[in-house]
Amino acid sequence: MKKNWWKFLTVAILIYTIVGGLLLDAPRLSILNETIRNQHFHVTMWFGMVILLTGSMVYAIKYLRSGKTDFDDKSVELANAGILFGVLGMLTGMLWAKFTWLAWWSGDPKQNAAAVCLLIYFAYQVLRNSIADEQQRARISGVFNIFAYAAMIPLLFILPRMTDSMHPGNGGNPGFNFYDLDSRLRMIFYPAVIGWTLLGVWIAELKLRSRRIERALEEE
Amino acid sequence: MKRIITAIFLLVNLTAVAQNLDSLEVGEKYSITDSDYNNDSVEMADIMRSNGKIYVVVGVILIIFIGFIIYTISLDRKISKIEKEVFKEKVNS
Repeated sequence: MKKNWWKFLTVAILIYTIVGGLLLDAPRLSILNETIRNQHFHVTMWFGMVILLTGSMVYAIKYLRSGKTDFDDKSVELANAGILFGVLGMLTGMLWAKFTWLAWWSGDPKQNAAAVCLLIYFAYQVLRNSIADEQQRARISGVFNIFAYAAMIPLLFILPRMTDSMHPGNGGNPGFNFYDLDSRLRMIFYPAVIGWTLLGVWIAELKLRSRRIERALEEE
Repeated sequence: MKRIITAIFLLVNLTAVAQNLDSLEVGEKYSITDSDYNNDSVEMADIMRSNGKIYVVVGVILIIFIGFIIYTISLDRKISKIEKEVFKEKVNS
């Protein structure tokens, strides 16, 4: 229980997110109608992805500095979880866009930038699978991880704000800025970010433990 | 014709009740106020809330979520079991 308290917290927060996200009052904004509730699901996927990929990059750096394979294991599993969140964020965003921006893909700068980021991280996975030697794989993919992260930050956060974008808070968007949430939405949104991120960490931890078991079995 | 009427309706309502979006500068934030929670001009799922059907939606999603969590927990336990076996062996060997 000492090790796993945060898993119970994850479940509790996510149940709160689902129930609260659907039932509590939401502002009545035109075009969005009820879909503003997606914030606690779509937006949190991306927040979760960035947090997980940050962790992945940190462990990649730790691996490169120390050579300990455990760090590389953590780095890759966090990256995989992050990519999963990114894909889910992409799909949910496209569905949301279909009904509010009236197209699955609008060529919105943030949408495009997110797609590029995902492609870069897919390349990370392909790269890992293409190198047979374990140490080499860990080193090369560790460096790639750092570059991928360094590309992701401007792509997702800086470039979309400099051009026209339909995403709230980006571009010359004269309308509402969701990052200026009133407290009622934030009451669900902030715990939701924590909950979904912890779920990603849980998934990564399960895969990490499987890896360690496999490694231990191989060594025998 | 319906679109024109809806558009005029919305424009009239937006200017009268909510902040006028047209008066905002580029990059200025739109703050969400009480009138956004109470207005009548934007269609929401009020019917589903009043006839209780929204609870069906919540129930469905919760069932799916709990299902996934049960699966995750069972995976977690399986891994713990295997860990105990494998790492105990290593310590003993």
